[in-house]
Amino acid sequence: MLNGPIIVAASLLYLGLLFAVAWWGDKRADQGRSIIASPTIYALSMAVYCTTWTFYGSVGRAAVSGIGFLPIYLGPTLVMALGWFLLLKMIRTAKANRITSIADFISSRYGKSHLLGGLVTVIAVVGVVPYIALQLKAVSGSVSLLLNYPQVVMPSRSATLPVFADMGFYIALILAAFTIVFGTRHLDATERHEGMVAAIALESGVKLLAFLAVGLFVTYGIYDGFADIFQRIAADDHLRQLTNANPSGQGYTGWFSLTLLAGMAILVLPRQFQIAVVESVNEAHLKRAAWLFPLYLLLINLFVLPIALGGLLHFSGPGVDADTFVLTLPMARRQEALTLFVFIGGLSAATGMVIVETIALSTMVCNDLVMPLLLRFKGLALKASTDLSRLLLGIRRGAIVVILLLGYLYFRLAGEAYALVAIGLISFSAVAQFAPAMIGGMYWRGGTREGALAGLSAGFLVWGYTLLLPSFAKSGWLAGDFLTQGLFGWRLLQPQQLFGLTGLDEISHCLFWSYFANIGCYVGVSLLRSPTAAEASQATLFVDALKHTRPVGAALWRGQAEVADLLALVGRFLGPQRAEAAFAAYARQHGGAQLEAFDADAELVHFSESLLAGAIGSASARVMVASVAKEEPLSLPEVMNILDEASQLRRYSRDLERKSRELEAATGELKAANERLQELDRVKDDIMSSVTHELRTPLTSIRAFSEILRDDPKMHLADRERFLGLVVSETERLTRLVNQTLDLAKIESGNADWHASEVDLKDLIEQSVAATSQLFHERGARIELDLPAQLPLIRADRDRLIQVMLNLLANAVKFLTPHQGWVRVALRAQPSGLEVSVADNGPGIRPADQQIIFEKFRQVGDTMTDKPAGTGLGLPISRRIVEHFGGRLWVESVQGEGATFRFFLPFAGAGQEAVHASAASL
Amino acid sequence: MQRRVLAGKLTGERLVAVFLCGCLLFNYPVLALFDRGDYLFGIPLLYVYVFAAWAGLIGVMAWFIERPRA
Repeated sequence: MLNGPIIVAASLLYLGLLFAVAWWGDKRADQGRSIIASPTIYALSMAVYCTTWTFYGSVGRAAVSGIGFLPIYLGPTLVMALGWFLLLKMIRTAKANRITSIADFISSRYGKSHLLGGLVTVIAVVGVVPYIALQLKAVSGSVSLLLNYPQVVMPSRSATLPVFADMGFYIALILAAFTIVFGTRHLDATERHEGMVAAIALESGVKLLAFLAVGLFVTYGIYDGFADIFQRIAADDHLRQLTNANPSGQGYTGWFSLTLLAGMAILVLPRQFQIAVVESVNEAHLKRAAWLFPLYLLLINLFVLPIALGGLLHFSGPGVDADTFVLTLPMARRQEALTLFVFIGGLSAATGMVIVETIALSTMVCNDLVMPLLLRFKGLALKASTDLSRLLLGIRRGAIVVILLLGYLYFRLAGEAYALVAIGLISFSAVAQFAPAMIGGMYWRGGTREGALAGLSAGFLVWGYTLLLPSFAKSGWLAGDFLTQGLFGWRLLQPQQLFGLTGLDEISHCLFWSYFANIGCYVGVSLLRSPTAAEASQATLFVDALKHTRPVGAALWRGQAEVADLLALVGRFLGPQRAEAAFAAYARQHGGAQLEAFDADAELVHFSESLLAGAIGSASARVMVASVAKEEPLSLPEVMNILDEASQLRRYSRDLERKSRELEAATGELKAANERLQELDRVKDDIMSSVTHELRTPLTSIRAFSEILRDDPKMHLADRERFLGLVVSETERLTRLVNQTLDLAKIESGNADWHASEVDLKDLIEQSVAATSQLFHERGARIELDLPAQLPLIRADRDRLIQVMLNLLANAVKFLTPHQGWVRVALRAQPSGLEVSVADNGPGIRPADQQIIFEKFRQVGDTMTDKPAGTGLGLPISRRIVEHFGGRLWVESVQGEGATFRFFLPFAGAGQEAVHASAASL
Repeated sequence: MQRRVLAGKLTGERLVAVFLCGCLLFNYPVLALFDRGDYLFGIPLLYVYVFAAWAGLIGVMAWFIERPRA
């Protein structure tokens, strides 16, 4: 049986669990073993977007407007697709400039303006505190409902509880404690709260599971699936309308406005900024979160319509508020456990939102509202005080308590008033006013401080007039006359039909006019003057945040400062130990010298300022640093100059990169060429030594025979003739060698003369065989020809090819056994050319030697015993000739069974000679 | 490295395309095409359409992000 004590115990247990998780998360963060460093946790924590307004309110909206609640979730889905650019840029900018709140973001962008930061804070507090009230109301309401279990009694009709008996009050206090403990443990320059994020992620999980559980129960437990519910609805003419896009007459314009509004909200809601930007552990998590978070939104909305329609069917009649269906349906079916689980889910939705929103607001209130005031009115006292970190923490803690109590107070005062019930979209519309100044500032350099101030103020005023005041009037807090009569009786000024604009629902109406005023003033006023030096330099930091090389803030500061002053200043706000640790880390990063040895250069000043910015906001940080450092203000031309230099540097560095790549490539080519040259040099040396060696052999015999002839005048005539014959043949060999060497050198250097013409290979082979017939005859060898009659002509140098053939034939016959040998010459047509083979039945060539014989001066055989039978240049020359015409020359042989030399010549068109020929003929 | 940068750029452009596509799918007039009171599997066509398009969009985003290929 659900009763008070059980509900209280369950709530306390759950909140205790949150404390434990947050404590654990902080502990792990201190150890450097973060538990939230995962895209899934990041996406879950983003789901703080879904508050009780989603958990209970979506069903309420769906019961009135059918699927009209969906744009609230479609907008964020679409914007997350752009998150790759938008959120990434926000995260980079915020991390680089130590920005810790949306007020700081906007104030920093427009030249670190206190006024702007203050205005943003005020808008955020006015817009968001009622939303916090709504969460407390939801918790309080759900408790009141549960207390009557199993009766379903609407809280508004039950007696209003006194404050001290109201669960909502205690929840507010516990949340204040939680937020103080995990949101303001210490002043951190980055303002990240890992424990808090872990707890929020857990809460997101719980609320999703709870909602899915109740959705499944209603759809499949009470009814018989989706189709069953819709079938029952279809039978009812009134309810049937709910399945259209346009049931309550808001039309597609309303749908579009809501999508836009929600899309903006996901970027500019203080709690979303806190979670998505400030608490981001690693920007890479954004990628997966970009689709995981929309998936979460889809899942949590899957059962909204079935629950709403199921509730309407179940509680036919107006007795039960549709906002409570999520809880009252399981109650009516006496599902105790499920009811309690749903209640905890609602509690998760409420507490998650309240915690994050309160932290975000307290940071803003402290840094952008209280600090500037303290600096202004108590500046001297502030400077005299030594350690301000306690004061700062005190301000934040105070702000948290005040914000939560304000929220609770608003809830108590407003009660069931329209102003509270409708606050969801009213609140969205308020914070949506940040979008033009914020997104504009990220992409447009021309925005100025006055432009942003004018835009924000105008948008805020129009929002107040067209949405907030009417909601007060509808709650009965204001006389409603002006709604219908217009302000001062001017009908054109009717808040919800401004200037006679009709046909829009109130949200679209407000969105149109407030953005009209906001964007108009922002752009219009910005264009009145060019940005100042401070604005231009900040604009560069924001607009160029995604560029790889960008000017650092330090480049934009000039002046003098002392290290000790800076250290003392930072120490006063962050605490001396943390400041010293931070400075020591800085010193280590910049060369490891002692801190005292460091010059307080622009970079160190910038570093100190960003440390301070994290703790007290960028505008106050600038003021504080200015109090200890003598800054020489840069004029706009100087800033533009620096920025220009920066962009020129970027260009130069790109050029340099390109040139160095080109150089690298050139170096590689040179290296290869050098290696080739060395190789050629080595080859030349080899050739020289081979040539001299080859020349010496015939020279030696010529000299020996000549000496014999000279020294022995009585030699027989027969011997004399024999010796003279040897001298002549050796001389011929010598001549051949010299000729061939010259020939090869010519071919290799590309200086050979080529006379290409159409050659009939059959004719050529027959001529070559005839020329060598004497050789065959001497050896007693047979020669067989296998030549087809009709073959296409080949384009080649006739004399050179004869040289190849003669060489192959001479080689073949050279190694034949006398009187037993034969040589078979065959000519075959291939598809792309002609192939000639010269086969013999000589000793064959060892596989190892089959490549060597094509090298210069290499002859196979034992050079010590065999008399060299050739020059060793015939085959290399032949191979080069064949290759010159695009062909190949190779050998096939099995040792002991003869060898077959083959060469292949392509038809004209395949070889390079053909290219030359056709080029010449043009 | 170069390839990764290129793939990242391409993924970004694909996601912008998803965004534009989603703007089209979730607004008038495409939405009106499905708002005719028809039923699919006993569920109003509009409801089925919005959720299917939504899921499809998320699926495409996931595909582009998780398998970036230049």
